[in-house]
Amino acid sequence: MSQLVFDPTKVMDIDYTKRTEYLDRLEALRAGMRTLKEVPFQPSLPDKGYTNRTLYVNVGNLEVTEKPVTQQMKDVFIGGRGFGLYHLWNAVKPTTRWNDPENEIVISPGPVAGMTQYAGTGKSLVVSLSPQTDIPIDSNVGGFYGPLLKFSGFDALELQGKADKDVILFVDGVKGIIRIEEVEGGPEDSHVLAELLTHMYAEDEKDLPNVSVVSSGAAAAHSLIGMLNFSFYDRRRKCVRFKQAGRGGIGTVFRDKRIRALVVRGPKVAGDLNHPVDPETIAKTGIKYHKEIRENDGGQCMMRRNGTAHIVEIMDAYDLLPVHNFQYGSHPDVHKIDSAYWQQRCTQATVDGCWYGCSMACAKGADGLVLKTGPYKGDMVTVDGPEYENAAGLGSNCGVFDPDYLLELNFYCDTYGICTITWGTLTAFVMECYQRGILNRERTCGLEMTWGNAEADLEMMHQMARGEGFGKIAGMGVKKMKEYFIKQGWGDPQLINDIGMENKGLEYSQYMSKESLAQQGGYALTNKGPQHDEAWLIFMDMVNKQIPTFEDKAEALYYFPLFRTWFGLNGFCKLPWNDVVPANNSEQPEAHKVPEHVQNYVDLFSATTGVKIDKEELIVQSAKVYNFQRVFNIRMGKGLRLHDAAPYRSLGPVTKEEYESRAERYDQQIVTEMGLDPAGKSTEEKMALHRTWRTGRFSKLMDSVYARRGWTSNGVPTLERLKELGLDAFPEVVDVVKQHL
Amino acid sequence: MILVNEEPLAWHEGMTVRDILRARNYRFPMLVIHVNDALVAKADYDTTTVPDGAVVKVIHLISGG
Repeated sequence: MSQLVFDPTKVMDIDYTKRTEYLDRLEALRAGMRTLKEVPFQPSLPDKGYTNRTLYVNVGNLEVTEKPVTQQMKDVFIGGRGFGLYHLWNAVKPTTRWNDPENEIVISPGPVAGMTQYAGTGKSLVVSLSPQTDIPIDSNVGGFYGPLLKFSGFDALELQGKADKDVILFVDGVKGIIRIEEVEGGPEDSHVLAELLTHMYAEDEKDLPNVSVVSSGAAAAHSLIGMLNFSFYDRRRKCVRFKQAGRGGIGTVFRDKRIRALVVRGPKVAGDLNHPVDPETIAKTGIKYHKEIRENDGGQCMMRRNGTAHIVEIMDAYDLLPVHNFQYGSHPDVHKIDSAYWQQRCTQATVDGCWYGCSMACAKGADGLVLKTGPYKGDMVTVDGPEYENAAGLGSNCGVFDPDYLLELNFYCDTYGICTITWGTLTAFVMECYQRGILNRERTCGLEMTWGNAEADLEMMHQMARGEGFGKIAGMGVKKMKEYFIKQGWGDPQLINDIGMENKGLEYSQYMSKESLAQQGGYALTNKGPQHDEAWLIFMDMVNKQIPTFEDKAEALYYFPLFRTWFGLNGFCKLPWNDVVPANNSEQPEAHKVPEHVQNYVDLFSATTGVKIDKEELIVQSAKVYNFQRVFNIRMGKGLRLHDAAPYRSLGPVTKEEYESRAERYDQQIVTEMGLDPAGKSTEEKMALHRTWRTGRFSKLMDSVYARRGWTSNGVPTLERLKELGLDAFPEVVDVVKQHL
Repeated sequence: MILVNEEPLAWHEGMTVRDILRARNYRFPMLVIHVNDALVAKADYDTTTVPDGAVVKVIHLISGG
């Protein structure tokens, strides 16, 4: 164990106030805009966390409607992801696909969102039918849009229809105006567009933090992996920054609807805008937590100093950092992109964070980056200091260890509107295909996609943004690239399928699951696809050996996905739950669940809404939405056992090199787990033994997890389970399930 | 010999909890450590010695994501 020490003398001398500005383009943008429709509304603040209405906007026929939030919606779906799934279910049919006009994008912050007394309370959940998976995707995001939307008067925003020309939807929560504006010309990329729109819609300098913009970028229109940027105004830097709703291609849906941007102007944020029933409990819980951060964070994860990048070197040390498309778990060059480096490169130890009152403040900014490539070559920009996922995905997984290139990749992913996690995993796949001869210069239209070639990586991204060349193929994502390569006859289909790290059509996020059976399930047995926000069990399973049996693993894969789903129903960020813990946490039973923080969440929910819950009811609340989402997947023709299948790279060693890099461990498993003697066997023979054993135990894990979740062996929630959760009140839900029993 | 998270580790006289963490390259800062079911406080990692044959649990709290 080691504690990184911050050395202020090593911090690079970067003026964080300097960057290229684009405000001279403001008048040209304004000149290209005209109002299509303007509707007045009565702004209102929430009562007990809810405004009790949602906003529906059809950008095709310009319908603008308010809808009531019913008691049933609150009881069953709570808010956030729950409200998103509820509205989407009612909007689409089983035959609806992502680019049909009836598909929706729903943004909902949840009842607790916008609280300023506790850390990590500014999240929104974005839900849509995904172009990558053809099932609902949910993506959580910080930034100011969701809370400001709620403080303007709406618990959710439904966007439906398709416009003929690009539109901007403006909600003015101060003056009570909803306006749909057509826009011709002007910028598309987020870092320019959001800067202009923030200044365009703010009344004056003081009003800038009250404006938030949702936008995507040029690449979203030419790919299936588009992302949404949610802006927040950084007062100290005097610039617009972003958090991202990255996963599943919602930015692509956004641009397919011809939405250029959403803009909200809300009231000045204050601590009581949710009008909670018990502000004293909220204040007391917040003060206790802030004290904990102040006293403990420096000796624990140092989130305030390093953000999530603090685990780059930790994952490397535990052989869990994805390297070269998830083949290996560590790399000697990782010190070039670890948190010791980012401490020097990013502006650290400052008031930060993507919502008011977050004392964890993990959103770091890297300033003074002068771009070397692309349409903004030569510009000086501020980009978010890489979060762990970005450092691992854009960095080690592709063999890129040059930090400035890593930042540039991060910047262009953001401004072009594509998901960094997805880009990292698909580029790693392309690079491995190139290294193994599945691709070559001819097939990549001249791109030399070797490990670590950041310039080729960036050029592939620029091509995608222009809708050209191999970049356009890459923008289909791993699943469709696999199908394309196989159809072209470019290499062994089994190898291509084994090394393409996707499940349900979504790319894996950046952890090595190969040596943790529980995490293999944590990725593949998810509702939306392999994202770590459902369950991260690698330490419990692989390192601690806390959950040795199938039943233990199934229990973890029951509890944690439900516990973490709850954050997305309410507007909470997951990080304050477990990236700092109370000083006496180790003395508590089930210390890994951080019991005091679980109680904080119970108290904050009850104190906001007036609905008394306990830690058991918290899980039940999530289970309703989680099972509803599973049935939604089934309704869309997916969501069964076969759709939970995992690529073999996530379960075990695909290639000789991988096996031999961990030969001692794998040979030992042949003895202890299979009761065989590896002596005299070739590597290929031993790999075959592992494949049989590993796929067999994954199948057994599926059985255990499905049983614990109250699902059939085909992964379908049983009628008993639906009844237990009160979901039998929805006849359509029951009908879907009955067809599969 | 001692058992650390179910796996054997060579023991030496005067072995401390800190020595175990170094030997296993356990760098994660948020740990809950029990030696023969007795909780060891973080402040005592350098001074708590571990007897031969001890069963040591080094619980890493959940990280990631």
